[in-house]
Amino acid sequence: MNALTRDWLLSDSPASRRQAAWGRRYRLWLQFRGHGLAMAGLCVIVFVVFVSALAPLLAMQDPGAQDLAARLAPPSAAHWLGTDELGRDLYSRLVYGGRITLGMVLAVVVLVAPFGLAVGCVAGYAGGVADKVLMRVTDIFLAFPRLVLALAFVAAMKPGVESAVFAIALTAWPPYARLARAETLTFRNTDFVAAVRLTGASASRIVLRHIAPLCVSSMIVRVTLDMSSIVLTAAGLGFLGMGAQPPSPEWGAMIASARRFMLDEWWVPAIPGLAIFVVSLAFNLLGDGLRDVLDPKQS
Amino acid sequence: MRASLRALAGAVVTVPITLLGLALVTFLIGRVMPIDPVLAILGDRAPEDVVARTRIEMGLDRPLPVQFFRYITQLLHGNLGNSVMTSHPVTEDIAHFFPATIELATAAMLIAMLIGIPLGVFAAVRQGSRLDNVVRVFCLTGQSVPVFVLAMLSLLVFYAKLGWAPGTGRADVVFQDMVPEVTGFLTVDTLLAGDWDSFRDAVAHLAQPAGVLAWFSIAYIARMTRAFMLDALSGEYIITARAKGLSAARIIWRHAFGNIAVRLVTVLALTYAGLLEGAVITETVFSWPGLGQYLTVSLLNADMNAVLGATLVVGLVYVVLNLLADMIYRMLDPRVR
Amino acid sequence: MLVEIRNLSIRFPTPRGETEAVRGVSLSLGQEKLGIVGESGSGKSLTARSILKLLPSNARISAERLAFDGTDVLSASEADMRAIRGRRAGLILQDPKYALNPVMTAGSQIAEAWRAHRPAGARAGRKEAAEAAVDLLAQVQIRDPGRVAGAYPHELSGGMGQRVMIAMMLAPSPDLLIADEPTSALDATVQAEILRLIEDLVSRRGMGLILISHDLPLVSHVCDRVAVMYAGQVVEELPARDLRHARHGYTRGLLECLPSLIHPQQRLKVLNRDPAWLDPTGVPR
Repeated sequence: MNALTRDWLLSDSPASRRQAAWGRRYRLWLQFRGHGLAMAGLCVIVFVVFVSALAPLLAMQDPGAQDLAARLAPPSAAHWLGTDELGRDLYSRLVYGGRITLGMVLAVVVLVAPFGLAVGCVAGYAGGVADKVLMRVTDIFLAFPRLVLALAFVAAMKPGVESAVFAIALTAWPPYARLARAETLTFRNTDFVAAVRLTGASASRIVLRHIAPLCVSSMIVRVTLDMSSIVLTAAGLGFLGMGAQPPSPEWGAMIASARRFMLDEWWVPAIPGLAIFVVSLAFNLLGDGLRDVLDPKQS
Repeated sequence: MRASLRALAGAVVTVPITLLGLALVTFLIGRVMPIDPVLAILGDRAPEDVVARTRIEMGLDRPLPVQFFRYITQLLHGNLGNSVMTSHPVTEDIAHFFPATIELATAAMLIAMLIGIPLGVFAAVRQGSRLDNVVRVFCLTGQSVPVFVLAMLSLLVFYAKLGWAPGTGRADVVFQDMVPEVTGFLTVDTLLAGDWDSFRDAVAHLAQPAGVLAWFSIAYIARMTRAFMLDALSGEYIITARAKGLSAARIIWRHAFGNIAVRLVTVLALTYAGLLEGAVITETVFSWPGLGQYLTVSLLNADMNAVLGATLVVGLVYVVLNLLADMIYRMLDPRVR
Repeated sequence: MLVEIRNLSIRFPTPRGETEAVRGVSLSLGQEKLGIVGESGSGKSLTARSILKLLPSNARISAERLAFDGTDVLSASEADMRAIRGRRAGLILQDPKYALNPVMTAGSQIAEAWRAHRPAGARAGRKEAAEAAVDLLAQVQIRDPGRVAGAYPHELSGGMGQRVMIAMMLAPSPDLLIADEPTSALDATVQAEILRLIEDLVSRRGMGLILISHDLPLVSHVCDRVAVMYAGQVVEELPARDLRHARHGYTRGLLECLPSLIHPQQRLKVLNRDPAWLDPTGVPR
């Protein structure tokens, strides 16, 4: 970045709202960059996203192509990570599996975060009966065991990626609603909200344009940290056969089908296991770093 | 005391509503979601007359609210339906399998507490030291490992390669069904029967799954304890305690830890609830005959009554644990009183 | 000499290098009352706490001499310091809401201090400690000591909390009491009572007192000598009764800024900071 842009971003007296906003983002980025581990997490995530997006280009072979003559082969030049019990190339399956995992995580977050934010903001701002009812509903869903309910849900529907995503989302949204409500309550009584109200803004405008954006930073932290446990839950569902169905190369399912080879051809279940661990850890590191930068009081 | 009575009153109202909500969700999953609820319960190989009879029994021709009311009444009578798999009432099956899960979860809880709490305390006291960094790294990685991978790794290393731990299951074949079932907890039952060999075998079989299950919780408890302790150690009253010339141990445990104990109880209650959930996967890998395995096997057999029954029971325990955590918090924290 | 400080310097590491919070401070104290006055950041609390070595872990202390009753504090180990803290010197902090342990009753905290430093061989059971606590609460003029002993800090008013603190620190019968802004968090009426109490107890027990405050007239009424600190240095030290004749610009400025009912002024005076005060000369202008 050249000196001019840097000066523009870090200027003490920004001339426009855009300049101030970008300056703030740049300062946060500088702060974040100082965290070694968080940067590592970010790099891993970016790498995984990159690999998943370019899976068709990066995978050497068709993940479903079986070669029963070369079952359970150790890593070699032909198969970088070896083959599984049906002779399918593990490397290609791993790369495509990353797509499924990231896709599921993204789908859950896209469903859950806006919904939780909306419920929390409405409950926090409206107060009164609406607040009580919404919080009661949130508490009910919060009291449900996540994995077990997801299993029951998937059992009723056809097991598959969509059901798994829905099932996880069903119990994942309450913490966001709670968080959004807590933040809304602190902002509701501030002077600037009172000022906006005095200019005649409607309640929906206040919530949408003024309060909700302020809740976003703590939501981002929560979402990132949650992504780590969503990865684990999705993998767990896959392992139990309730997530992506064979021959889909979902990491949890791959481990389940290779379970009996743990003792001798240990790399077949171990490599997807390592992948799950690395992705989950990366989200954790990233979330920790984001929390230190964006929302230090939320410990 | 008045505050905790008020909390109790609040809970008396909240808990039934939560349980009702849970029942509603399971009802919807069981009756509304499947295309044919009767087939979902009986499986697709049931004879025609049984199907027809069940359809009338379940009152599927009635409007939904009526169905729900009948469902609730049945639940209150302890009737969770019959399992297609075992042909027993689901309640009987659950009563048979649940103690094994409780045994596993409790053992894991003890391990997690005994290791996690001291780790967290000492990491906070020696903040910035090598121990602290090790603990922090451990907490981060511990919370990122999928439990089934850890379970399989553990079996590979400790059972297959090193031979330190016994294999899967609750007891070796030799020792199975040797002692009368009193509590359902094998370790306790073998002790009560005075059978030392069986007891040792039961403990040996319990150690590995409990350890694996505890891993995530050790990381979680250590992390929360460390965070709480750091917060407590920065308080002014710690300076006062030091100015009084008290020993380091007394300051750490009586003053700092004493202040976080209440919050930690909530964490522990939530951890136990989480352990019950984690047991579902752990039992699958270790062939532990508990509720988790019952649930997964029922899932694979599409045994709706069993699945929903188990879900309700786990949900019930969950709700009760949350309630207990809240009540204990209110009772113990003098500021809330 | 109870306290001997010669050329004390306390430094803290910051991202921009080291910063000196206390530089070249020298004080000494016998069985008398010394007041240390200064604004926030002048280093007065740090100086006093260094006597008990109760500084943050990243603080670096150096001094020609830092001694309490002959014991060299600089080279003393934690164990040595634990023998001094509480037993020989006590510390009262500003806000009892935070300075008292919220989950222990007032009585148990006082009893703990009493039991921690019982002379070897003396009886130190729970019952004796509890009785001693109630007795101490009576000594700090609390009217219902039994009830207060069983109360938690958040149930007590500010004034009562400070009395509990005082009782707690006097329990082991120390020789020196360091009071770090003991009345800054209290209402004006209660301030006077607490100060009178401290003064009374210290005089009767023949203790030394270091009273730290930002309030110059308050300190001058209680103490024998006053040391004025600014930017980590002692800029002036003089007997309390000679305060009117202070010579350093900063002290004079503080005195002149005080509004007076006897000599009302049209415009309130403001302190003009002379950058020369920051020079480490230590010599009053």
